[in-house]
Amino acid sequence: MKIPLSYSMRNLLTRRMTTLLTASGMALVVMVFAATLMLTDGLQKTLVATGSPDNVIVIRKGAQTEVQSGVERQQANLVESLPGIAIGSDGSRLLAKELVVLINLPKRGSNKPSNVVIRGTSPASLALRPQVRLVEGRMPRSGSSEIMTGSGIARRFQGTGIGEHLRFGMRDWTVVGIFDGGTTGFNSEVWGDVDQLMQAFRRPVYSSMLFRLADSSRFDRFKELVESDPRLTLEAKREPRYYLDQSEAMAKFLNILGMTLTIIFSLGAIIGAMITMYASVANRVGEIGTLRALGFRRSSILAAFLAEALILGLIGGLAGVFCASFLQLITISTMNWQTFSELSFSFSLTPVTALVSIVFSLFMGLAGGLIPALRAGRISIVDALRES
Amino acid sequence: MAATSDIVTIRNVTKSYRRGNQLVPVLEDISFDIHSGEFLALMGPSGSGKSTLLNLIAGIDKVDSGSIIIGGCEITTLNETELAGWRAVNVGFVFQFYNLIPVLTAYENVELPLLLTRLSRRERREHVEAALEIVSLTDRMDHRPSQLSGGQQQRVAVARAIVTDPAILVADEPTGDLDRVSAGEILSLMDHLVQDFHKTIIMVTHDPRAAEKAHSIRHLEKGLLTDG
Ligand SMILES: Nc1ncnc2c1ncn2[C@@H]1O[C@H](COP(=O)(O)OP(=O)(O)O)[C@@H](O)[C@H]1O
Ligand SMILES: [Mg+2]
Repeated sequence: MKIPLSYSMRNLLTRRMTTLLTASGMALVVMVFAATLMLTDGLQKTLVATGSPDNVIVIRKGAQTEVQSGVERQQANLVESLPGIAIGSDGSRLLAKELVVLINLPKRGSNKPSNVVIRGTSPASLALRPQVRLVEGRMPRSGSSEIMTGSGIARRFQGTGIGEHLRFGMRDWTVVGIFDGGTTGFNSEVWGDVDQLMQAFRRPVYSSMLFRLADSSRFDRFKELVESDPRLTLEAKREPRYYLDQSEAMAKFLNILGMTLTIIFSLGAIIGAMITMYASVANRVGEIGTLRALGFRRSSILAAFLAEALILGLIGGLAGVFCASFLQLITISTMNWQTFSELSFSFSLTPVTALVSIVFSLFMGLAGGLIPALRAGRISIVDALRES
Repeated sequence: MAATSDIVTIRNVTKSYRRGNQLVPVLEDISFDIHSGEFLALMGPSGSGKSTLLNLIAGIDKVDSGSIIIGGCEITTLNETELAGWRAVNVGFVFQFYNLIPVLTAYENVELPLLLTRLSRRERREHVEAALEIVSLTDRMDHRPSQLSGGQQQRVAVARAIVTDPAILVADEPTGDLDRVSAGEILSLMDHLVQDFHKTIIMVTHDPRAAEKAHSIRHLEKGLLTDG
């Protein structure tokens, strides 16, 4: 408490190389730690942004995703007749009955096949998704074999550019438009008329229904209405909730992986800090004896060395977060195992993540510095003075 | 001599150290007094217990038995925390190897003991400058110990020892690491402190010229006082 902080700081500065190396080790761990949080945040941000809070999605009870879900035509009609669904500017209901099918398409260049989501859409589909807009060509005509492709795949898959043709469901489809879905999962989808696609794939049921509520605050009542009707084996979720639930397994996996790595690495960094602090104490036994003789208490010595370890942790934490912030420039494209579709998202650094990472680094410093600092506080004055 | 003029009273002090499972006696039944304003030299062969005795008087080591009373305070009854507080106010230390803190400047080294007081930054500055003035090093106050000669470092150490204005200075071979000239300067400085600032100095030394400056000399041999 009484020994000035500058004493601890200058000792770190004096041992510049050791300080740098130890802090670098900590920075590395902080980076892994922060990257994990940033990845989970980025993933959830992307998925949550995919939905709008006014939208309600209806899928089969127990289904996690649209791919697993089925909504019978009769059930769809019942839901459609429920009160409270918003009316669009053109006077029709803002409701889309959709089909989701996975197909394999070869990539450009490598010819390697990869999963792509085909979505059968209704006229309201686009209006219900403000993040999705047509950027090239035109909308497919309903009742035709025309399709449009997301800009995320138009570049990367064969036959998905404007004017090109795709063959699936035993039919040829013509690409007439390209839409941009921003960072949402839609960006990696192919959209076509839902009735045409159901015929082509011989699917008798829809996958999901999406609609907007006229009054969003009445969602709970609406949900109650859907889920209590014995004819409807369906469940209703707000769209962001639906996408957040989807990201849960992936987020959990990323977290477990990241935290496992973090824990293993942090043990290394803590041991590194401990070795550094032990050396620091051993080199300054005489100084400790002198300070104690002058009247500084054991607790002051302890505090000075703990401060040194904490500053080490702070340097590591700041450097780690600084380096991690550059990860935001990277976009990750991966498979969403729950929907088997392409999913692209970025690392996202939130203030909370930055703060938590720095606190984590301080904790590493503390963990590494505690035992050496306790030892520094325990040395007897005469022994310390004789040793110097 | 009048009891009131004794600043240090040592009575039947014994001290031994444990080496392995063997108890090695270092001081055996030591009793003597030191007057206020005395410049005392403790002499004796290496290992005779001079440093141990000095450390006991300075309150950085504990006696096995006996008592030490300094300025009316029986320091042998104080606990560790009380002793630390007592040292900060009553004792100044000068070591053979100066024991300055290498990362701090001369000014900051001298200021250290004042951090344990309630003095404001400005008051501390006045005290530090006064102390450095006494050792004639005001022009070197921003230097680190490594930028000073041995003699200069020891003068900084003396400034640090007197900055809180303690009644007693303990010095363990203060000239042991110095050349003739620097040693002479330090001894004159100590003499000056006794003469003009009425300090009591207890100095362990091997150096006959150092002992010459002192007012009185006590000899230790194998843990026993061999005179008076
Ligand atoms: N902390 C200690 N632990 C063990 N032995 C000690 C300790 N301090 C001093 N001694 C022993 O006590 C004896 C006296 O030491 P010291 O007082 O340093 O002698 P001097 O200063 O006269 O050379 C020596 O034999 C020394 O080895
Ligand atoms: Mg000695």
